[in-house]
Amino acid sequence: MKILVVDDEADVQPLFLQRFRKEIKNHEVEFDFAQSGEEALNYLKDKHSEVVLILSDINMPGMSGIELLTHIREDFPTPPPPVVMMITAYGDDENYKQAMDKGADDFLTKPLDFNLLKEKLKTL
Amino acid sequence: MFIFTYIAIFMLAMRLRRSLKFTAIFQKWNLPLNLIGWGAVVMFLVVAKAIKNDEVHGIVAALALAGVLYYLQKEPDFKSFGILLKAHYPLVAVAVIVELTTLINEDFYDKYDDFFQSAYFMAFGYIFVRLATSKKQQAELKRINERKEELEVLVAERTAEITKQKNELQETVKELQSTQAQLIQQEKLASLGELTAGIAHEIQNPLNFVNNFSEVSMELIEEMEEEMAKGDLEEATAIANDIKQNLEKIRHHGKRADGIVKGMLQHSRASSNIKEPTNLNTIADEYFRLAYHGLRAKDKSFNADLVTNFDQNLPLINIVSQDVGRVLLNMFTNAFYAVHQKQKTIGGDYKPRVEVSTKIIGKEVEIIVRDNGSGIPDAIKDKIMQPFFTTKPAGEGTGLGLSLSFDIIVKAHKGHIDIDSKEGEGTAFIITLPLA
Repeated sequence: MKILVVDDEADVQPLFLQRFRKEIKNHEVEFDFAQSGEEALNYLKDKHSEVVLILSDINMPGMSGIELLTHIREDFPTPPPPVVMMITAYGDDENYKQAMDKGADDFLTKPLDFNLLKEKLKTL
Repeated sequence: MFIFTYIAIFMLAMRLRRSLKFTAIFQKWNLPLNLIGWGAVVMFLVVAKAIKNDEVHGIVAALALAGVLYYLQKEPDFKSFGILLKAHYPLVAVAVIVELTTLINEDFYDKYDDFFQSAYFMAFGYIFVRLATSKKQQAELKRINERKEELEVLVAERTAEITKQKNELQETVKELQSTQAQLIQQEKLASLGELTAGIAHEIQNPLNFVNNFSEVSMELIEEMEEEMAKGDLEEATAIANDIKQNLEKIRHHGKRADGIVKGMLQHSRASSNIKEPTNLNTIADEYFRLAYHGLRAKDKSFNADLVTNFDQNLPLINIVSQDVGRVLLNMFTNAFYAVHQKQKTIGGDYKPRVEVSTKIIGKEVEIIVRDNGSGIPDAIKDKIMQPFFTTKPAGEGTGLGLSLSFDIIVKAHKGHIDIDSKEGEGTAFIITLPLA
């Protein structure tokens, strides 16, 4: 299962790789990373069919996670559409509502609860 | 005829005596003046008998008058009577001429005696005419003196009034200065308030990393122990390496949070005014992010492209870092405000963009904060540096940001602030600071 993580913080990458160390070793999941919405869209142009799940931060300079979500839903409607989970430090209702309106499948708040995330992955 | 010369002497002495009455020098001059006056009378009565020749007697009388005038004029006490004394000159001159003419050529005198006599009387009369005018002048002078005194009283009153006003103004200036100091502090706190959300966000991120990396490291240690138990030393070493890297990341993010808290404290603290070698790029970057997240926290729909273009060869420069930091923060906040306003009004495809760049130019460093926001209308360009000038709705801006920035950059750091703005296209604030 290929997962794309979009976050402007570079250190998110080793964190995910280590948190999912076992799963990666067992070839249950595979990670790719993008540091901005623009980079993520570029990546998806070629590989949207491979990616099952997109985890995206909302607060990023330039294209925000919400904009990225909108683009994903507009540009890649061919079934099966990727599952998109939004991640944000601002876990308020307005943010949540906006993400859900734009077509997010789930909404996670920072700090990420990786055990919860793993549980969610199992149901995909 | 010479009787009039004596009368003149007598009247002059008496007049002077009368004038000096009730003055401090009266005692000094009472006797001499009496002597002169009555001396003239005695001379008229006694000398007239002794000298048979009227002409010679006339000359003696004229010389007596001249002597009295000469004597009095030498005395400083009679300086103010100059006009009166000089009024007697014609009499002396005419008397001498008339008597000498008679002595030398009596026929000539007899022929023109009417003329000579009238000249003598005119010279005598001149004394009274001159006296009358001088009296008038003195009265005038007295009036002027009185007026002068009145004016002096008025001037003294006015001076007292002005001094009082000056003191009051100084008091007011002092009050204003302390109010200004309070306002500066309030402005600092206000901008800190704007920053709070940004700061929270900026601290939350590194804290998350600290928590996550330490948690995952604990898991890794368990795994490492398992691998060691299995005897797979190679894998155990790989895990140990990961743990080491994680600890470094924990340290890095811990320091990041530490720096933000320190910066926040510095921002609200009263300025130390101590210039220290500072990395401008670091504080520019720090405040750039804080300003952005501050605004984002208030309005979640807001988004902007943050572009940094730092000159990596920038040396440390001597500045009061929290003051310059406040200037930058103010510039960033303004830039984000401008692009946000434009985004709200035109929306659509507009891409808000704020750029900060540093660059060495000769012996100066240039910091440019450029936005593609609403721009500054020409009509207000001259006013934006003035204290309390703000275009923000009441309660949103203090109007002190740029004015304080100007003070900090221009007055305290000998730099300058230039503005390049086009209405509708964007604004660039160019801060120039001397390198040394």
